[in-house]
Amino acid sequence: MAECHPVGFQWVMEAKARGAKVIHVDPRFTRTSAVADMHVPLRAGSDIAFLGGIVNYILNTDKYFREYVVNYTNGPTILREDFQDTDDLDGVFSGYDAETGTYDTESWGYDGVADLAAAGSRKPAHGGGESEQSQESRAAGHEFGGHGAAIDNAHPRRDDSMQDPRCVFQVLKRHYARYTPEMVQEVCGVPAAQFLEVCEAVTANSGRERTTCWVYSVGWTHHSVGVQYIRGSAIIQLLLGNMGRPGGGILALRGHASIQGSTDIPTLFNLLPGYLPMPSVGGGADHNTLDDYIETVASKTQKGFWTEARSYMVSLLKSYFGEAATPENDFAFDYLPRISGDHGTYRTVMDMLEDKIDGYFLLGQNPAVGSAHGRMQRLGMAHLKWLVVRDLNMIESATFWKDSPEIATGELTTTDIATEVFFFPAASHVEKSGTFTQTQRMLQWHHKAVEPPGDCRSELQFFHQIGLKMKERLAGSTDPRDRPILDLTWDYTVDEHGDPSAEEVLLEINGVHLTGEKAGQPLTLFTEMKADGSTSGGCWIYSGVFKDGVNQSARRKPGQEQSWVAPEWGWAWPANRRTLYNRASADPQGRPWSERKAYVWWDEEQQKWTGHDVPDFPVDKAPSYRPEEGTPGPAGLAGDDPFIMQADGKGWLYAPAGLLDGPMPAHYEPHESPVSNAFYRQQANPTREVYKRKDNYSNPSADEPGADIYPFVFTTYRLTEHHTAGGMSRWLPYLSELQPEFFCEVSPELARERGLEHLGWATIVTSRTAIEARVLVTDRMSPLRIGGKTIHQVGLPYHWGVGGDALTSGDSANDLFGVTLDPNVHIQESKVASCDIQPGRRPTGPDLLRYVAEYRSRAGVTVETGNQLRTSARPEPVTTIAEEN
Amino acid sequence: MVGSTSLSGPLPDPAGDAGWSGAATQPRKGFFTDTSVCIGCKACEVACKEWNAVPEDGLNLLGSSYDNTGALGASTWRHVAFIEQPRQLGHQDPGLAGLPVGPSFSDTANAAGDVALSGDRSQLGTDTTKVSLGTPTVGLPGASDPGQARTDFRWLMSSDVCKHCTHAACLDVCPTGSLFRTEFGTVVVQDEICNGCGYCVPACPYGVIDRRVGDKHATKNVGIAQKCTLCYDRLGAGMTPACAQACPTQSIQFGDVEELRERAATRLATLQGNGIPEARLYGHDPDDGVGGAGAMFLLLDEPEVYGLPPDPVVTTQDLPDMWKKAAMAALTLLAGAAAVFAGGR
Repeated sequence: MAECHPVGFQWVMEAKARGAKVIHVDPRFTRTSAVADMHVPLRAGSDIAFLGGIVNYILNTDKYFREYVVNYTNGPTILREDFQDTDDLDGVFSGYDAETGTYDTESWGYDGVADLAAAGSRKPAHGGGESEQSQESRAAGHEFGGHGAAIDNAHPRRDDSMQDPRCVFQVLKRHYARYTPEMVQEVCGVPAAQFLEVCEAVTANSGRERTTCWVYSVGWTHHSVGVQYIRGSAIIQLLLGNMGRPGGGILALRGHASIQGSTDIPTLFNLLPGYLPMPSVGGGADHNTLDDYIETVASKTQKGFWTEARSYMVSLLKSYFGEAATPENDFAFDYLPRISGDHGTYRTVMDMLEDKIDGYFLLGQNPAVGSAHGRMQRLGMAHLKWLVVRDLNMIESATFWKDSPEIATGELTTTDIATEVFFFPAASHVEKSGTFTQTQRMLQWHHKAVEPPGDCRSELQFFHQIGLKMKERLAGSTDPRDRPILDLTWDYTVDEHGDPSAEEVLLEINGVHLTGEKAGQPLTLFTEMKADGSTSGGCWIYSGVFKDGVNQSARRKPGQEQSWVAPEWGWAWPANRRTLYNRASADPQGRPWSERKAYVWWDEEQQKWTGHDVPDFPVDKAPSYRPEEGTPGPAGLAGDDPFIMQADGKGWLYAPAGLLDGPMPAHYEPHESPVSNAFYRQQANPTREVYKRKDNYSNPSADEPGADIYPFVFTTYRLTEHHTAGGMSRWLPYLSELQPEFFCEVSPELARERGLEHLGWATIVTSRTAIEARVLVTDRMSPLRIGGKTIHQVGLPYHWGVGGDALTSGDSANDLFGVTLDPNVHIQESKVASCDIQPGRRPTGPDLLRYVAEYRSRAGVTVETGNQLRTSARPEPVTTIAEEN
Repeated sequence: MVGSTSLSGPLPDPAGDAGWSGAATQPRKGFFTDTSVCIGCKACEVACKEWNAVPEDGLNLLGSSYDNTGALGASTWRHVAFIEQPRQLGHQDPGLAGLPVGPSFSDTANAAGDVALSGDRSQLGTDTTKVSLGTPTVGLPGASDPGQARTDFRWLMSSDVCKHCTHAACLDVCPTGSLFRTEFGTVVVQDEICNGCGYCVPACPYGVIDRRVGDKHATKNVGIAQKCTLCYDRLGAGMTPACAQACPTQSIQFGDVEELRERAATRLATLQGNGIPEARLYGHDPDDGVGGAGAMFLLLDEPEVYGLPPDPVVTTQDLPDMWKKAAMAALTLLAGAAAVFAGGR
């Protein structure tokens, strides 16, 4: 966190000054470790073993927060009889289809409850290759950005004693029983004694009087089991009662400013604003009408606020299409494009290579450097007809046609590349107004400080102009396919430089009343949204950010002039609520768990919820309230159902629906790993998305022949001095001089083993490519003992790329990766893989290709290598057991 | 014109000593850099350069941990040092116990850093051989005894800056009056007056001030002596210096020197009470060789470890004595000459 979020880290330092204990779990000793109380080095890619070990410790020592678990989580909920766990099936859950590498998740459900999202749209595809259907089902997990999956009943069977062998609590206990401190040591390389110290610290600091928070950066998501990493910490936090309470939670630190904002109002292919799914076609989920669509968003019979999805969607359509959206035409629902499967970034690049994509917009993104498998990215872009790059600088993705590594190897020739590249200089954040939404879901307004220089323009102006020009082109058209563009509301006030008013856009997002006596007034909250077309709103969760006609995100009342929750600094969605699910900060009767941790509580006298924050609960619903059996929607929430966006009102220790790779995290090795999975026969995530292509080889893993050719683990990361792929830092002298060159970090032990010299050169090789880096030998890296052998890790910052325009350039660490994705969200595994490292510089020109091919040949790599989803049974190992007394 | 200024020893009011009086007088301003909370983000380096338009100082990988700046100089007015040490920090658990690790590498890394620093950097005006740590060197990493485990480790970071000495030798030796004592008690170079004579460079006991080198057409103030101004322009406008403003963890604290000295003492007591007995203050003592610095530090090791001189003395301390001796010598010579003439009569 100190490395990548130094400004936010000030609050950790402040907490530390007040006595907080800071534990840093990371393969490297970083700037965060330097000031932490404890650094826990572990093997990259072993986190679920670590987290599962903590779960096991909590359950074994009875240190869970029983009252919280019984009342607020699905711990007591009974599961279906036909559910089978990884221990029963040697590393996979029930419902696994080895042919397609996917799960039929039906058996994971609650007893007596049909699950909609998974069961409805998931029909296993047959035959070879990836069918449209399986692609569609694979994309499903992406759509749960703001809530759990739909389930078809709010009131599953429970056993509040949590003794029933089929209740979630007992299933969890059995699932993690083998995640002992000894196994953690074996798999993660963390000595059992140190691991237990972490367990003790975390549990001692949780309960009625204290809370612990987990902080992760997006590196945690860059794994083939990334979603399950986050689930792992969620289970710990729910067991310890650390959710919905001050000082608790799971804090996701994003990679850039407003990445939270770009999922809320998404740049993702399968989401509409406010986590409404993108309408789709094919794969058993044809959204022909608004009714079809709404039905898949939330079950009519489930609890919570998602049952109001129609109001959110209609308001969105009214905001898009204004007068043209009427009840008669389904509010122009048909104007929206449909998705037909995975259109994520890596699928798109492969489609480019097949010449299925004509054009591409890159806005503040440098995939030639920042995305996994940079070579595939660059080769893909060379197939485009046109490419628009909007950036502050002439990034490598804009110049790949003349100076990419593939030009040097002869794989690309400038004169043969037909891609027309349009470069538009972009305004920086100080040259335009708008909001940033940070990880706490807080929107903060930034004011334009100076006009953008030269031809630089804001994104707002760029897209406004594109819209105007498209409308101009299509004016007078009678072709129905042009209606969506022609009917789009696009009337923004522009300033003297032609820049549209960002505040007007924010007001449009907030939404307004369209009819009635309040017509024209901004909405105060999404609960005012109507399904009849009488309101508009561009993103329902942001409704209220322009409450009372005031830009609430621009508020900057200093902390010392308001309460410690600081509700008047910026604005947090939803409803300016600073901590989500804060009903859980009070006990089932509505009293604070402790005075020290009082946050919101039930005021018996006034018969309403009150407290330091905006209560995240129907404000007049008494703790004792019990709805009639089967009541849907917000009314279906009982007075002790704090997780109001979950279909059953409970925090999910176990996910009965919504995930595609398991209801609980199980440790799988990374797609490429020199280590065998010590827990199960199944080596890696059996549902990971693999691409068997000649441009996407994988290294052999574990005991596969040739695995020893790539014996080391490498991980990638950022340095404080640079920003991601370098577009904002490698062109700046003041930042470039601070970290002027690409380097690798190795331990003294690895340096000795491979003869690497400090400040000398090293070549790092995978089956994709080889790159070179200067060597930093440092005590901050240390080898680990894994499964009886010493495992070395190589650290690589990923800021550099090959190009001619930046002040500093160098080989790109991300070129080492192939494309292997998490099945839920199509995120690439780019934080861990295996490699070899050798002293000296890499070959250049076509020799580089030969060098990498020779490595592959020695390791026996084919397109099948490492891509077997279900690990076949291993022959019984022949071992000699030495008796110990 | 005021009388002679003091050249050494405690001095409560350097600005007043330099002739500031009346309404112009301000409490003495300075920095307290608490290195125990520094996270090495280098925001101070960047903020300083942005505000003061200090040019880039070379794109050189030094191999000195994460420090690629090297040292203070004409084009580097803030410098964050990174020190990797096989030593425990308080009760910190570095996570090495029980791991299969060999001998430490830190000394080699530091030595290599020193070598890198003493190379081309001299061409850049930031020749740091004068502050070389002189740490012992060992052979190839891990070559000595692979069985020997390292268990302790800590990573120290510290942001260095001009000390704005109570008795500033750079100022005392400046023949043009370019260097002057401000109403805030700080020491500032006026670049339009400096003639680049360079007397100040060897005068500084910390190796802070230097003449800028480079292409005169591309870079401003080439040949002119440059250093931290404690953001004199910002102070005049009631603002905090850029580095302190940018520091996210309040490692760099700006304020009245007198108050900072108290703050430093309190912080020292806290740390020592928390099991870090090696914590110490540097530059806080008015009785030291420069009469106390305007920029003081809380360090976690010997000053030399951070590239700071252990016992800096203002190089002009002995000037009065030297002048006295020179005068006596001159008088003696004159007397001798007179005696010759007298004797020759």
